[in-house]
Amino acid sequence: MTIAGSIVRTAEEGGFVAPGPGSFDLPPVFTVGGVGVTKPMLLLVLAAVVVFWFFFAAARQRAMVPGKLQYAGETLYSSVRNGLGRDIIGSKDFMPFVPYLVTLFFFILLSNWFGSIPFIQFPTFSRASMAYALAGMSWVIYNYVGIRRHGFLGYLKLQTVPGGVTGPILVLIVPLEFFSNLLVRPVTLALRLFANMFAGHILALLFATGGEYLLIHASLALKPVGILAWILAIAIAFLELLVQFLQAYVFTLLNAMYISGALAEEH
Amino acid sequence: MTGSLNMIGYGLAAVGPGIGIGLIFAAYINGVARQPEAQSRLQSIAILGFALAEALAIIGIALAFVL
Repeated sequence: MTIAGSIVRTAEEGGFVAPGPGSFDLPPVFTVGGVGVTKPMLLLVLAAVVVFWFFFAAARQRAMVPGKLQYAGETLYSSVRNGLGRDIIGSKDFMPFVPYLVTLFFFILLSNWFGSIPFIQFPTFSRASMAYALAGMSWVIYNYVGIRRHGFLGYLKLQTVPGGVTGPILVLIVPLEFFSNLLVRPVTLALRLFANMFAGHILALLFATGGEYLLIHASLALKPVGILAWILAIAIAFLELLVQFLQAYVFTLLNAMYISGALAEEH
Repeated sequence: MTGSLNMIGYGLAAVGPGIGIGLIFAAYINGVARQPEAQSRLQSIAILGFALAEALAIIGIALAFVL
């Protein structure tokens, strides 16, 4: 018995319908040439446009004495550049990756915060496919820079043979390292972002719709519990703001770590 | 009483990462209390460890819904 199955049964009995994975399958907003365009797709474009517009506007003036917008843009840019790029990748190699990391961080941050912004309230990355696309891009980038730096065989050796390991234990270690460093990494990277957004959104949905059900349809004794559920929903929304920021940070941090690992000298 | 055993399984599975994340942040707080100037270095390490431990809980919740 799956959870989705038990949800369907409660719905048939006329009781409370708990939100489930089906709550994320939104109907298409409009259709272009037989392809339905859904809300997450539009949000993806909106996030890209807003992030581009913000940094473009902040960088346009380039005054010696920055204005408010330019100052905000520079502060945000340099926090990622120094905190994630320089400190993790190292001051020798980090510059080529700064544009990627800055864009990635603010794009994910805004997409995640869409989950809490009123009237939008849908985190883009609560659809797994969106997160898989980002993780796939990261996989291509860190492998590409690693292969360019060390050559194909040298890169394979770097990723699969830990330093100081010799002898027959290599038979065990090499497949494990290959599996964990080259195959599972993008999957966990994507799943972490996706599942955090998914779980956070489903939690908010559960408290909001559950509170509504208790307030309106339940017996009188249970109505105060509905109010409590709504208060908790507000508290969870604030917790979610933190989690959404943290996930954007973690995603970018792991990207930087993977790039730094691919560029590292023999260890 | 009806329901899904998956949720109980997921609850049990979340205990491990919960303990792990607690240990990671306990060590982080300890480190910062002993050497406050190392905070910026410890922070990224702590968050990395947190993300890796949390991945288990995350895989758990994904599987609880899928299986």
